[in-house]
Amino acid sequence: MVMVLGKPLPLLFGQLLLGLINGSFYAMLSMGLAIIFGLLRIINFAHGAMFMVGAFVTWGLLTYLGIGFWGAIICAPLPVGLLGMAAERFLIRPIYKLDILYGLLLTFGLAQVLQGLATNFFGVSGVSYDPPAAFARVVNLGFMYMPLYRGFVVFAAIIVCGGTWLIVEKTRLGALLRAATENPALVQAFGVNVPRLLALTFGGGVALAGLAGVLAAPLYAVNPGMGSDLIDTVFAVVVIGGMGSIGGAILTGFGLGIIEGFTDVFYPPGSAVVVFVVMAIVLLARPAGLFGKAA
Amino acid sequence: MAGFSRAQAVSFAILVAIVILAPFFVYPIVAMQVMCYGLFALGTNLLMGSVGLLSLGQAAYFGLGGYTAGYLVQSLGLTPEIGILAGGLAGGLLGAVFGWLAIRRQDIYFAMITLALAQIVYFGAVQLTGFTGGENGIQGIPRSALFGLIPLGNDRVIYAVVGVVFLAGVLFVHRVIHSPFGQVIRAVRDNEPRMVSLGYRPASYKRIIFILAAVLAGIAGGLKAMVMGIQTLSDVGVTTSGLVVLMVLLGGIGTIFGPVVGALIVVAMQYYLAPFGAWVIVIQGGIFVICVLIFRRGIVGEVAYRLKSPL
Repeated sequence: MVMVLGKPLPLLFGQLLLGLINGSFYAMLSMGLAIIFGLLRIINFAHGAMFMVGAFVTWGLLTYLGIGFWGAIICAPLPVGLLGMAAERFLIRPIYKLDILYGLLLTFGLAQVLQGLATNFFGVSGVSYDPPAAFARVVNLGFMYMPLYRGFVVFAAIIVCGGTWLIVEKTRLGALLRAATENPALVQAFGVNVPRLLALTFGGGVALAGLAGVLAAPLYAVNPGMGSDLIDTVFAVVVIGGMGSIGGAILTGFGLGIIEGFTDVFYPPGSAVVVFVVMAIVLLARPAGLFGKAA
Repeated sequence: MAGFSRAQAVSFAILVAIVILAPFFVYPIVAMQVMCYGLFALGTNLLMGSVGLLSLGQAAYFGLGGYTAGYLVQSLGLTPEIGILAGGLAGGLLGAVFGWLAIRRQDIYFAMITLALAQIVYFGAVQLTGFTGGENGIQGIPRSALFGLIPLGNDRVIYAVVGVVFLAGVLFVHRVIHSPFGQVIRAVRDNEPRMVSLGYRPASYKRIIFILAAVLAGIAGGLKAMVMGIQTLSDVGVTTSGLVVLMVLLGGIGTIFGPVVGALIVVAMQYYLAPFGAWVIVIQGGIFVICVLIFRRGIVGEVAYRLKSPL
């Protein structure tokens, strides 16, 4: 067996894949956070809860309506996005003018409400969801065995992140979004309905979390705590990357997932905290974050 | 009382009376829990109210204080007062390190950094089973004799100890806020560039407040471990950090007595709504949302606003 740094090569590739999968979710969630923060100046603490809602909607679509995974990829982010738009309209819009911290407190409360409701209806352990039949097998890549669905998740995350990046950077809608981030008053003066843009942005960012939830449903147990487990790490990712750029959020997300995966090989007890330790180091060396502008 | 406004003096007298009379009306353990969380929330409010820094990781210091006190008293057989003081010291040392890191960023980033740093402590507590007992926590912490002399096994004695520490905490926080140091702190909150141009170093003032909040959290955690005789992972988790912020928000950010009222309501809610399971979390989250939307002054803050006198 080929050994690298005293570890068998297939093990390293396996951990690389696990790291890429975790990184996929970090990237998708921190990208949504960055888009929302850029325009709305709100840190959406409920982002993890929306991810969880996306996973439960995926399960619900199959259980109650018989809509499978592929249908869910299209259908599940919609209700999550609508939920986000409703939250923006009725809860977040009234507090735009307040100190930025109130947005964090409000969405923290919202996350608790969503998680508590999910616990009431589905119990702490939640429900399980099988991967689509086409992906329910393992392929031999020569250097390792890969469950096909896991490969698909990484592939899908790259498509989602790349697509979002293209929309924000290369389309007219994205240009409006970036312009409104720079100077909302001026954009409004040009006849753009900025409040609607804000609602759509929040809805879109949250729908991305919902889509991540769809991808996560077959991978993890669909349970009420799945979002809150993730959000702490995603916050650290956001601090490390800085919220200045979407590309930065994507790269940092994948990068930290990989670092976490390899830490698990070389020093297993460290894998749970390595992201937070990296955050502390980045704060010492580059307080604004790797891709951030000085605050 | 030096530095007390009339309304504050009256409120403090009422608080003392409540502390003395409470055990005749409610289960003493619940009253002691309220005081422990009250002390914890007082410290958190020093950060939120006077410097305007929202920390989402205060449970790290609270939990570390509890584990330190629990470990010293149970495993090393030291006396409770040493355990509680060591809890405060441990909280303060951790606060010194984390505060030094977190204060490099402002606002929203500060909140996220404190949350992330607290997760290190949480996962540390899961893994360092020799110190924390891991998933089981530290069970059956003995209420050994205070100073080796006064037995704490009696509910009244430990109640008196908790009450004295709690009231001393209230006076201490009031003293800090109304000292020249406290004035500088508020000036930093209101206009940091101005204080820089006047020759102050805002960062060091923020660090000191951060450490004070952590010490109070550590002492509160140590006391709670003594009262309950048990210390578990939930005390270092993010839920507890959120709970203490809720207490401050509900009671009134920047008030002296608000955190105490907030602690009373939140603990009572957890105690009396326990049979409803996860609905408690839904209700707590709902209160968070309502407070932010329409009740930002909080209960004591609202009363103080009506009375036109700080409380």
